[in-house]
Amino acid sequence: MLELKNVGKTFNPGTVNEKVALSGVNLHLNPGDFATIVGSNGAGKSTLFNAIAGSFVPDTGSIVLDGEDITFQPDYRRSKTIGRMFQDPLRGTAPNMTIEENLALAYLRASKKTSPFSRITRADREQFAQRLSQLGLGLEDRMKQPVGLLSGGQRQALTLLMATLVTPKLLLLDEHTAALDPATADKVLELTKSIVAENHITCLMITHNMHDALTLGNRTLMMDSGRIVLDIAGPEREGLTVDDLLQRFAKNAGHALSDDRVLLSKTEE
Amino acid sequence: MLSLAIIQSALELGCIYSLVAMALFLSFRVLNIADMTTDGAFTMGCAVSATAAVAGHPFLGLVLAILAGACAGFITALLQTRLGVPSILAGIVTNTGLYTVNLAIMGFSSNVPMLKTTTIFTIAQDLMGENAPYKLIVSAAITLVVCVLLILFLGTRLGLSIRATGDNPDMVRASSINTAFTVTVGLCVANAMTCLSGAVLAQYQRSADINLGTGMVVIGLASLIIGETLFAHGGLWVKAVAAIGGSVIYRFIIALALRINVPSECMKLLSAVIVGLAIAAPTIKKNVAFAQRRRAARKQGGGSRA
Repeated sequence: MLELKNVGKTFNPGTVNEKVALSGVNLHLNPGDFATIVGSNGAGKSTLFNAIAGSFVPDTGSIVLDGEDITFQPDYRRSKTIGRMFQDPLRGTAPNMTIEENLALAYLRASKKTSPFSRITRADREQFAQRLSQLGLGLEDRMKQPVGLLSGGQRQALTLLMATLVTPKLLLLDEHTAALDPATADKVLELTKSIVAENHITCLMITHNMHDALTLGNRTLMMDSGRIVLDIAGPEREGLTVDDLLQRFAKNAGHALSDDRVLLSKTEE
Repeated sequence: MLSLAIIQSALELGCIYSLVAMALFLSFRVLNIADMTTDGAFTMGCAVSATAAVAGHPFLGLVLAILAGACAGFITALLQTRLGVPSILAGIVTNTGLYTVNLAIMGFSSNVPMLKTTTIFTIAQDLMGENAPYKLIVSAAITLVVCVLLILFLGTRLGLSIRATGDNPDMVRASSINTAFTVTVGLCVANAMTCLSGAVLAQYQRSADINLGTGMVVIGLASLIIGETLFAHGGLWVKAVAAIGGSVIYRFIIALALRINVPSECMKLLSAVIVGLAIAAPTIKKNVAFAQRRRAARKQGGGSRA
């Protein structure tokens, strides 16, 4: 489904601020794979997502999605098939537009055939209301309200719906529950799991929660200094504890994981 | 205090200039871009419409003005979306270039007199008779049609994308919309409206002048902000109608000022002060509230301060 070959990116090359953000990343995702990614700050997790989503063109390597080489495709084209969510709930929705209008925009991605002058129809509205009711937040009764009135959790749930309204080939989740309170975070995570499973979406999810990293999805990746240092799936992953994971990381990366948030999450469970 | 004739002409001018206020609603409020092309685009509308009317094509003049305005908007958009010119500078660059273009349209003369020219207003007069308020009917009809079209347009998928571009560009790119494209369309439509406003005005007052558009962006903003202040919050319909209302009220303010013998030369200063104060109002309010709060705290704290 997704094939990254030798993807590398260096920011500010030739200056004192030179930073190798990605160095020779290789990754192959099978259709329906749900992989979690952990790593300390600056390991290159978000940069990897930026490369896949097209925020910049990598210095080296190629990115192939579903048989199509998208290495040089601009970001707005890629978003036809790649859904993305950020940690900040404010980034995914337009606050001064209504829930309905936001959903209509997300729906644009599928509308190859419809004219740019078409309007939101009653059928669209019914479909939006039906999908909103699946979130169980009562948003289907507030479709004419501006999104700016919603709470962070509601906005993030709406963003999740928008990212998957048209089933994407790939869903990128960048710590999308990290800014929410624990109860809301759990709810959004549950929604994520059910939507991803229901539509068989291939998914990459960055998390700082080691427990989530091992229990969610079918594969765990760990990143360090712009490289993927650990890739565990299948039977090998079952029964693995957080401590095992940290040990494997230290062995492969050459040093222990030193991220407070990640380590703290160990004791949360 | 105001005679019926003055009220009527304020309404007429208010309707005509409200097209600029609606154009700025689109560029300044919806797209969040201060579009400095406005002045030049307005003059271009005057020039195109006057030249065409003198040649015997008053209606074609309006259509050509719309196209010319779209071209001006396109150039500003091209500069800022494709060539990396900051948005305000892009407008100023286009605006400066338009000065020469406008002179050229008017045959390198700084004004076009059209005293005996057939205009859309003389045609309406012939149709409706001498005594009908034909000028008001024509200008109100044009404004109404443009307003309805604008609101319908903003409800389409393209219109929604343009609104989202001003609201949250990150999200728009993630919805597979090219922001360069939406900004371009928005600026083309806005400048087409500004240009149409100039085109109608030239035929209304039966002359075009190279300086007619000077300060138009400030006048348009003044109208827009007056409208927003008076009609506060609401949906798109309310906002668009507020722009028209603000424009009419602005013309009444001008008529009143002229009536109490404020020299017409001072009008631009008056507009500038209105806009400056209106945009600064929230910050001034905040500073005043802060000063009051501090004074109250000092009074209460008395000598306990170290």
